[in-house]
Amino acid sequence: MSDAALVLTIIGMGVITYAIRVSLFLLPEGAHLPDRLLRALRYVPAAVLSAIIAPELLMPGGAFDLSLGNERLLAGLVAILVAWRTRNVLLTVIAGMGVLWALQAL
Amino acid sequence: MPSPQRSEFLAGVRAEVPIVIGVVPFGLIFGAVAVGGGDAAGGLTPALAQAMSAVVFAGSAQFIGVQLIAGGAASFVLLLTTLVVNLRHLLYSASLAPYVRHLPLRWRLVLAYLLTDEAYAPTIIRYLEADAPRATGHWFFLGAGLTLWTSWQISTALGILFGAAVPASWSLDFALAVTFIGIVVPALRDRPHVAAALTAGLVAVLTFGWPYKLGLMAAALSGILAGVALESRLGGRGREEAQS
Repeated sequence: MSDAALVLTIIGMGVITYAIRVSLFLLPEGAHLPDRLLRALRYVPAAVLSAIIAPELLMPGGAFDLSLGNERLLAGLVAILVAWRTRNVLLTVIAGMGVLWALQAL
Repeated sequence: MPSPQRSEFLAGVRAEVPIVIGVVPFGLIFGAVAVGGGDAAGGLTPALAQAMSAVVFAGSAQFIGVQLIAGGAASFVLLLTTLVVNLRHLLYSASLAPYVRHLPLRWRLVLAYLLTDEAYAPTIIRYLEADAPRATGHWFFLGAGLTLWTSWQISTALGILFGAAVPASWSLDFALAVTFIGIVVPALRDRPHVAAALTAGLVAVLTFGWPYKLGLMAAALSGILAGVALESRLGGRGREEAQS
């Protein structure tokens, strides 16, 4: 992308984000979203983030790799375990990056 | 004597401080990754990286945006991805709307700009407290939101400043994946959410080769559908959580 296209894209990202955030603040009192849409929205974070995570762990470098030699998969599994037990984002990052660095140093 | 507005504003600032401690590292990482430090395939100019934090002001969308730009994604894919990733803010907007709709327009326009995950959480908790003063609650929202905004801008700037000095061996690009793991795993509180995550992950791997990174979109939508479908089959047992 050219610099001009990048600037326009970033502005577009900002406009979209702001439009979502401001939308319900501008509706008249009493107006609300359909219940079915609200229910579907609750799955957005889990779905989107998992869609980003899975290829990062299973396909480092773009090729499927389900082996012990896949350092990112091992580090990611440790991170999942830490996230599950501690529910703490910062500890999860420290554990995941720590394991990756340790494996890369071996 | 401090005015009620002032004390609510300061209460919002205080509530945001512990959250800021968790956010600052990600601002630093974002800045560093955005300008291509630590083996991250980034490469925005410092001005554009900072502009993204100021204009978009949504951490996960910014991280994904930088990754997509580095991967050569087209502009419409970035916009579509931003839309899907930030759709969750529609929930926050809906949830806080009853508390802010009576405010003058300029207040609502400013508060909407500050409506992030990290400002939403303490603000809705404050509004739901029994003794919360409804008349001045928006000052709390403003205090929490501005505190986060300031921290995000400064930590991005510091990340940009020192990012180029981060050696490639640090594999900073992986910090994004583990950050998302830390966010998503604790949120998998029932079977429909687990189904949504597993389905999205599987479809993302299967569609990885699709052009324009459109596989991400297909994966996210498949995951949402899987979650909704399982929730319906289980008889809407997860529904009470929708109120929380």
